[in-house]
Amino acid sequence: MADAVAAFVHDGDTVSLEGFTHLIPTAAGHEIIRQGRRGLTVVRMTADIVVDQMLAGGCVRKLVSSFVGNSSAGSLGELRRRIERADPEPLEFEEYSHYGMICRYLAGAQRLPFYPLRSYAGSDLPSVNPGIRKVRSPYDEDDQVYVVPPIHPDVAIVHAQRADRAGNTQVWGLTGIQAEAVYAAKKAVVVVEEVVDDEVIRRDPNRTLIPAHAVDAVVACPRGAHPSFAQGYYDRDNQFYRGWSAISADPARLRDWLAEWVLGTRDHAEYVAKLGERYWAELAVDEALSLPVNYGRRR
Amino acid sequence: MDTTSSELLSVVASRELAGKHTVFAGIGLPTLAASLAHLTVAPDLEIVYESGVCGAHPSHLPETIADAVLITGAEAVLPMPALFGNVLQGGHIDVGFLGAAQIDRWGNLNSSVIGDWAKPAVRLPGPGGAMEVMANSGEVFVVMRRHDRRSFVDQLDFCTSPGPDRALADGIRPLGAGVTRVITELGILARAGAGEPLRLVAVHPGVSADQVRAATGWDLDVADDLTTIEPPGEAELRRLREEVDPERVYLR
Repeated sequence: MADAVAAFVHDGDTVSLEGFTHLIPTAAGHEIIRQGRRGLTVVRMTADIVVDQMLAGGCVRKLVSSFVGNSSAGSLGELRRRIERADPEPLEFEEYSHYGMICRYLAGAQRLPFYPLRSYAGSDLPSVNPGIRKVRSPYDEDDQVYVVPPIHPDVAIVHAQRADRAGNTQVWGLTGIQAEAVYAAKKAVVVVEEVVDDEVIRRDPNRTLIPAHAVDAVVACPRGAHPSFAQGYYDRDNQFYRGWSAISADPARLRDWLAEWVLGTRDHAEYVAKLGERYWAELAVDEALSLPVNYGRRR
Repeated sequence: MDTTSSELLSVVASRELAGKHTVFAGIGLPTLAASLAHLTVAPDLEIVYESGVCGAHPSHLPETIADAVLITGAEAVLPMPALFGNVLQGGHIDVGFLGAAQIDRWGNLNSSVIGDWAKPAVRLPGPGGAMEVMANSGEVFVVMRRHDRRSFVDQLDFCTSPGPDRALADGIRPLGAGVTRVITELGILARAGAGEPLRLVAVHPGVSADQVRAATGWDLDVADDLTTIEPPGEAELRRLREEVDPERVYLR
């Protein structure tokens, strides 16, 4: 992870971190904080705990997002201080709706100049975001539609269950917007729970969400999505989410937390070990296996 | 039987789902209402979550819209472009559930900021998919925990999720009717669709129309045939407490 972040995340870059509640690339965010990146534009549909941590780590100048909150568990203290009081400094903020963000990724991935959607009509968002514009249909003068611009992050970082060494990446459960983010970005880093043999991927090619041709680096980082979850590997740490609102409400407490858990750990393996096996046992999941399908084979 | 406000809102909202086929539910009260409706008035109801889950059959009550228990046993799990593009924008949702910090008489919603957007007194979570739910669902039910003049306002601080009237004024015809039902601790406000303001159509037992008017930040119309809402029945409460949320995750 240290090598991947060193190679692909530079000061001032636009960095997309995706994973919709599931498979949030938290360990990558922590490594960006450890390496002291500055002036980043972070693109993330649901700006949640990892974004609050990166803000507190001093890494972020600008945020592009469609939801800023601690999931259903409360509030993001650092983010609110920066937006409400410019404390300790202002945060540039570009606000879209979820589908607006999705369409920005789709346009980025498909090299389109914009993407239309049936949202925003009558909303106040276009008045605070010049990126959201209204155009006439080229086919019907009376038909108008809002459009959003493509996004081309310098790097997209996503977390997944497994990949082979080449980067063929398989995801199950919520698949979110990760594939589109990867295709929209100039470079892509995939962080996985485990790197598996090529044969494992090839026996179930429909489960591959991101093919190797779109991936620049594969990082093995077990439990790297904590406190979010990896379907079939470990569950969401709801207690952590609920506890975060109190930690981040107090700037001193938040900086102590960062000092202990991020800057005070050499890497994610140390963070995982520090939480302890008993802690992880609480997040363990039982098996719920799908039935195999028959892909067939020529006689 | 004593009922909490969460129980009251969930039961009343669940009744409104009778005859509906697909519901887009957020976590909390909408999940409780949709789950209870599934057990009572709408056995064939398909519950769709913003995370991509269609036809959820969770073993436990989900704690988030993306809870792992929503995935295991679900009928489908879709990528985001498919969920927002095909399902929602494609017009496959009968009822969307939304909450908000502020609502006005036309059912426009604010979930972004209190105060000025650029320098807000309070930064709220923002649009998420609420704007898409409003623009594309057949109709929208709003459940508001607080019915007071700070939430039911004459003028929104910011319009995050506009109803069809604002969309039409902006030159774009929306798919759905916008907000048709607002369920609160005091009663039910309803509107038929574009061009109609919210009107008080029902109150809970012991609540007067004047009380609701006083708690509303605009001059609230009251229906001539104002009715009194049937209190939650024993069977509804039992199912809600024992089957939907036995661990009392949301039933506070």
